[in-house]
Amino acid sequence: MKKTYKIEVDCANCANQMEDATKKVNGVKNAIVNFMTLKMIVEFEEGQDPKTVMPEVVKACKKVEPDCEVYI
Amino acid sequence: MNKKQKKMLARIFLAAALVILLHFLPVQGILRFLLYMVPYLVIGYDILLKAWKGILNRQIFDESFLMAVATIGAIVIALYEKSGDYNEAVAVMLFYQIGEWFQSYAVGKSRRNISELMDIRPDYANIENDGRLEQVDPDEVEIGSTIVVQPGEKVPIDGVILEGASSLNTSALTGESLPREAKAGDEVISGCINMTGVLKIQTTKEFGDSTVSQILDLVENASSRKSKSEDFISKFAKVYTPAVCYCALALAVIPPLFFTLTGGNPEWVQWIYRALTFLVISCPCALVISIPLSFFAGIGGASNQGVLVKGSNYLETLSQTKYVVFDKTGTLTRGVFEVNDVHHSSIEQAKLLEYAAYAESASSHPIAKSIQQAYGRELDRSRVSDIQEIGGHGITAVVDGVNVAAGNEKLMNKLGIEAIHCHHVGTVVHMALNGKYAGHIVISDDIKATSKEAIAQLKHAGVKKTIMLTGDARRVAESVARDLGIDEVYSELLPSDKVAKVEHILAEKDDREKVAFVGDGINDAPVLSRADIGIAMGAMGSDAAIEAADVVLMDDDPLKIAKAIRISRKCLRIVYQNIYFAIGIKLICLILGALGIATMWLAIFADVGVMVIAILNAIRALFVKKL
Repeated sequence: MKKTYKIEVDCANCANQMEDATKKVNGVKNAIVNFMTLKMIVEFEEGQDPKTVMPEVVKACKKVEPDCEVYI
Repeated sequence: MNKKQKKMLARIFLAAALVILLHFLPVQGILRFLLYMVPYLVIGYDILLKAWKGILNRQIFDESFLMAVATIGAIVIALYEKSGDYNEAVAVMLFYQIGEWFQSYAVGKSRRNISELMDIRPDYANIENDGRLEQVDPDEVEIGSTIVVQPGEKVPIDGVILEGASSLNTSALTGESLPREAKAGDEVISGCINMTGVLKIQTTKEFGDSTVSQILDLVENASSRKSKSEDFISKFAKVYTPAVCYCALALAVIPPLFFTLTGGNPEWVQWIYRALTFLVISCPCALVISIPLSFFAGIGGASNQGVLVKGSNYLETLSQTKYVVFDKTGTLTRGVFEVNDVHHSSIEQAKLLEYAAYAESASSHPIAKSIQQAYGRELDRSRVSDIQEIGGHGITAVVDGVNVAAGNEKLMNKLGIEAIHCHHVGTVVHMALNGKYAGHIVISDDIKATSKEAIAQLKHAGVKKTIMLTGDARRVAESVARDLGIDEVYSELLPSDKVAKVEHILAEKDDREKVAFVGDGINDAPVLSRADIGIAMGAMGSDAAIEAADVVLMDDDPLKIAKAIRISRKCLRIVYQNIYFAIGIKLICLILGALGIATMWLAIFADVGVMVIAILNAIRALFVKKL
């Protein structure tokens, strides 16, 4: 399952770091952070509920870039 | 400017004013230190805070952390040497923040510019309710509803015109500035702007499936498919920052130790200062920002010209295209067969056409369709019987009691009838009535007016070879190819042969040369996906084509192919300029910094300057109208 989230981040490198961090979260199959459109496309592994995975994603992103927002 | 940016700008001005003021204040010692800390904290408190959080999260290569270390280091050196030169630390922080501010402003601005360029999203649809117009969300309009579009408004949903006539401006979709006339019964596509008359439209799709939604979806997601250049840069950034940091550490420790051991003067302070300069140059942001921005601008500019590119990766591939393979019908030719002439007719020409139309009445082949169209009257199926289709030859049937045979020369040979050979280019349908030759009908597919120019422009754009594939007869194909100046032509191909041909071309060429296949998007999906890059033309309103292709040309002008290639070349040229320029300047600064020639001032200037120039350069990719 794929879902798109709006994000808020100021620098392009931070966006890349968020992408890497998100990919490492359990339950996430793949992630793409598009800095230009400020969108994050998360592909979840089968049987994973985005509602439980996304808070982890937000936590991981906040860790690499405290200034970011992910609107879930 | 948003609130965050305004606040930052205020801090920048305040800090700059304070630094200038302090420059003229003759204070010394601890008071001077404390006074200078005011602008330092004004401009850098958030960086210091972020750096602290970074340490807690073990993100030591975070750029805030690096800036914090560099500036605090500079202050410590100033204290240690009692030079009282705190300017440097404050200035580095100040310029760093100016750079960040500019980046945020420029990216936000171009993000808005590009979105505006692609802004074809209709905000509302008008529905007539008891004689009054009511504005509703296009999402809520059901299929089959009647909507009203007034002059100046966008057509919100695909549909068919029930009432009214008008000119439609399709430039937002196709880049074509000539308006298109539309009247009752015509299909209209969402995203067009109604220019002159009021139109009543019956919707045939939901908003989400309408052309305008599909295009928006496609373009918005395009920059999510990352190109090789973007991947390279994000990998580079991952390696670059740690590498520079380790170099800085080595620079701070190794030379002084070396000099100590060899009995020289270690000059610790000087080497540590050089190491701190390294940290200032270690931020990869200029690089990382300018590459996706260039692609985003390129894709935006292209879509404004009616060229939809489905991803940054495809823009990259398009720029390396050296072979262009065309499917003839619908790309170079109009794809509409027309009866051109009737030759050697033994009876009245119209009568011959009538027999042909009846014989072919059960067929839906384009040739049959064109004959039926040329006949132009309603077909009375009861007049025809015993229709027999002989695959690869033609049709025999009984029409009004007359035995009619319509087909190619092979059919005539088979029936033992001598056919008169035709010298005209086109598809020839020979006719025999009651076993006697009755003449032939010449049908051809017109070449588009701009096809020849398009091939010439492709050549000019550096395409090595143009190849045409077609299912048509060899003579027709070769004559078209000669007219247009196409290098190679393969004719009489079945759809599966086309895939094989493209695979053959793919196998023969050099790895770095890409093969583009141009089709009309109808039943050539396998070839479109097999080629390095599939281009579908005239795709306005065709979902299948938009689905199968990597690049979609909204109108059916073959000139747009060369234009798309030129747009991609420009975009990629900018991308490479930015990569070389940014990495080059950083490397030069690193070398100068290590040798002690570049001060921290120069380092921060270089860093911010490179970023500003790279961003401005990236935005150039947006301007492709006159290309």
